[in-house]
Order: sequence, then structure tokens, then C-alpha cells
Amino acid sequence: MFDLKKNIKAETVDKAIKHLAENPDAKLIAGGTDVLIKLRQGKSEYCELVDIHDIDELKFIRIDDDKSIVIGSGMVFSKIIESDIIKKHIPMLCEAAESLGGPQVRNMATIGGNICNGVTSADSASSLFTLNAILILKGEDGTREIPISDFYLGPGRVDLKKCEVLTAFKITHDNYQGYFGHYYKYAMRDAMDIATIGCAVCLKTKNGILKDYRIAYGVAGPVPMRCRETEKTVINKKVSKDLLDEIAKTVEKDVNPRTSWRASREFRINIIKELSKRATKKALKRAGEKF
Amino acid sequence: MTSHGFREITFSINGKEKKLHIDVRKSLLEVLREQLGLTSVKQGCAVGECGACSVLVDDVLIDSCIFLAVWAHGKKVRTVEGEAKNRKLSKVQQAYVDEGAVQCGFCTPGFIMATTSFVEKHKGEKKTREEIRKDHAGNLCRCTGYQNILKAVEKCINSDLVK
Repeated sequence: MFDLKKNIKAETVDKAIKHLAENPDAKLIAGGTDVLIKLRQGKSEYCELVDIHDIDELKFIRIDDDKSIVIGSGMVFSKIIESDIIKKHIPMLCEAAESLGGPQVRNMATIGGNICNGVTSADSASSLFTLNAILILKGEDGTREIPISDFYLGPGRVDLKKCEVLTAFKITHDNYQGYFGHYYKYAMRDAMDIATIGCAVCLKTKNGILKDYRIAYGVAGPVPMRCRETEKTVINKKVSKDLLDEIAKTVEKDVNPRTSWRASREFRINIIKELSKRATKKALKRAGEKF
Repeated sequence: MTSHGFREITFSINGKEKKLHIDVRKSLLEVLREQLGLTSVKQGCAVGECGACSVLVDDVLIDSCIFLAVWAHGKKVRTVEGEAKNRKLSKVQQAYVDEGAVQCGFCTPGFIMATTSFVEKHKGEKKTREEIRKDHAGNLCRCTGYQNILKAVEKCINSDLVK
């Protein structure tokens, strides 16, 4: 039995917003794979819930007229993996989704929940950072859009205002077309584990030159993060083995991992450097670069 | 609609329609065990790590310990109790028996449901050991009888016979 005081079922997003307004202490629950575990641990801030589990309105993946890919926040990871749109246009997001939890968790956990709980280890976050994903939030005063990099405020804290529901993620055409990416998760176990470090790379090349380069990490700091200095340093450089070494060297200055029982700061830095090379190499191969 | 307390749900459990008056705080695991006596559904870790409580909801494999019972409303739930038909074990169950894929048995019902979901989803496909392992990664066996479980799953896939 979960220590719930209230569990209010919302049939639509609008009703969820209304329920949130009427119950200021209530939190949203979608897949439940994080919230129910927090409740099990006795975290009383989750004892009042507004339930948006399985709302049809939030379960979609579509391509809009402006060619943006829009992913509903209620999409579970196994559906993202199976989506032809995602497989074709953003395969790195499939890789991130596949690395998360185990089959049962992927069947339940939603991409919206993965981002809204604000943890740095969220497997989908770093890929979404490199794709410049835009979050669509609906509240009492209508909808607003915010880049994912602005959404994270601190560990476990996101810019989800009172009475707001994250409804979708938008990846615009210019942020996926012509890009090649890879997500590399390093964890102690191959499944059912939280990332020690997660690294996403998304890049574009032309005639052997790195035209655009984006690299993001999970667990390399208190929140998922892009490595802007590294990106600035390597853009417009020639693709080579030396470039991989340069990325690995520069990336260290961008990150700030901590020591926890999972891994020490030093070990994480070592993994961060190595993964930058591996993920970049894989993305470059996908882009058809030989070096 | 009640916001707390009790709620009435209707769902199909192993092919039979049921209407239940349930406490909204309960997990599906608790309702299945306590109100329906379906004790094949085991509570192991209670936090979605071990898979001993795995059941199928609309043929999707889930951990019933972190699934609110109210979410089962209008759905089709399957547990090991409903897998044998006409006193005959399902192909998956028979494969587990044939391969001796059972030690203490606590994880077995969850594993059977995971394999059932896997085999139904990939009917007619050839699957590698690695793929079988990946799709059973949400189920733990503390007796570590994984080799025979793998053999049982391979047998189901190879014979390509799902009940």
C-alpha cells in the first residue's frame, strides 16, 4: 500500500491543470516508476497526486508541417524505441531509450517523467540536450515553450511552474536533419542500472570538416549539461584522430562531476574523457567520415 | 469520481471480467494477491528492480508492484494462473519444466510472464542469446539459474510455438 492521501485521476491535460490548481501540494504522476518508488521510501511530498497516467492526449509522436518532430510527454520508452519516426530521424534517442532500466520499466516510464524529475542521470536528457529539444508546457495561462537547457534549475529541480504540465518535446528540422549522433551509457551493469556517466554526441560534417558539434553529459554535473567550450573549440576543425584526443582533453574543463558511492570524481572524469571519444567516433562513422 | 478512499474498477483478469472495489492506495500486486488470491504474483524488491511481480497488462509486461491498481481499470491483466489452458501448460511453462529452469521458484512466475511477452512479441523471429538476455534483464533470479532459463526461452523461440 502506498501512503497516498489523495490520488486524483485526470482524464485530460486541462483537467490535470485544474486539479493542480485546486490541490497546491499535489504532484503529477505519469509512469510511476520514480514517483511510486519515492512514495515507497516514505517521501511525504508525494502523498497527494494528480494522475496523468495513460492520458491519450500525451501519447503521440508526429512530424508537423514545419517538419519538427514532436514527442508527447506521455510516450513510454518502449514506444519511442519502436517508433518509425524516431528510428529514422533520431536513432540516438532510441539508443538512449534502450539503455534505460529494463523491459518492464521501459514499458511504463515516460520521457516526460524522465525529464521532469530533474535528475542528472536521466538517460534521455543528454540526447535531448544535443538535439536542442524544446519543451512545450501547458498551464493555466496557456502554453509556453522553453529550451531543455533552461528547464533544469538544479538537482531534482526543474522549471515546471505551479499548475503546469509538460505536454511535449519538439525537435525542429534544423536540429535533426543532416545530424548524426550517438548515446553512450556507462554503468556498472548492462541493464537495470543508473548511468555512472551518459554521453550524447550529435554532429554534422562536410568534406571532412566538423561543421557542427554538440556534446552533452548526464552525471557530469548536478544537472545534465552541454559542453559549450569544447563545442566552440572543435567546430570547423578537420576530422581526425587528433581531434578526438583534443575533444577528450578539452571536455575535462567543461564538466564538474562529484564523488558518490557509485563512482569517484576522478573515475568519472576518466570515463567522461573516454566516452567523448567513443561517442564522437561512432557519430562520425554514422556521418560517413573515415579517418 | 472519488479523489481518495475507494474506487470501483472493472478489468479482465486471465480472461474473466471482474468488478472490484479497491483502495486507491493499493498496487496491482496487492489487489491481485489479496483480493483475487493470485499468489503467483510475488513481491520481491517492491521497487521495480527484480521483476518477480511481472504481469501483462494489455499484453505489455509491467512490474505490478509499481503499478497502481486503479490503472488496471478497463484493461486486460494476465498472470501465470491463466496461462495453462484446458489443464495443459503453455509452451513457455512447458519449456521451463523441460529445461529445469526452476530452482527455488520465487522468480519463476515473473520470468514466465517476461518470456511469454518476449515470445509473443517476436513470434517467428530468430533471436540471439544477447537479445534474450536484454529482454529478460528486468527479472532477477537469486538462485542464479539463468543458463536453464536461457535454454527454456531459446526452446520457445526455436520451436516457434506459442500456444
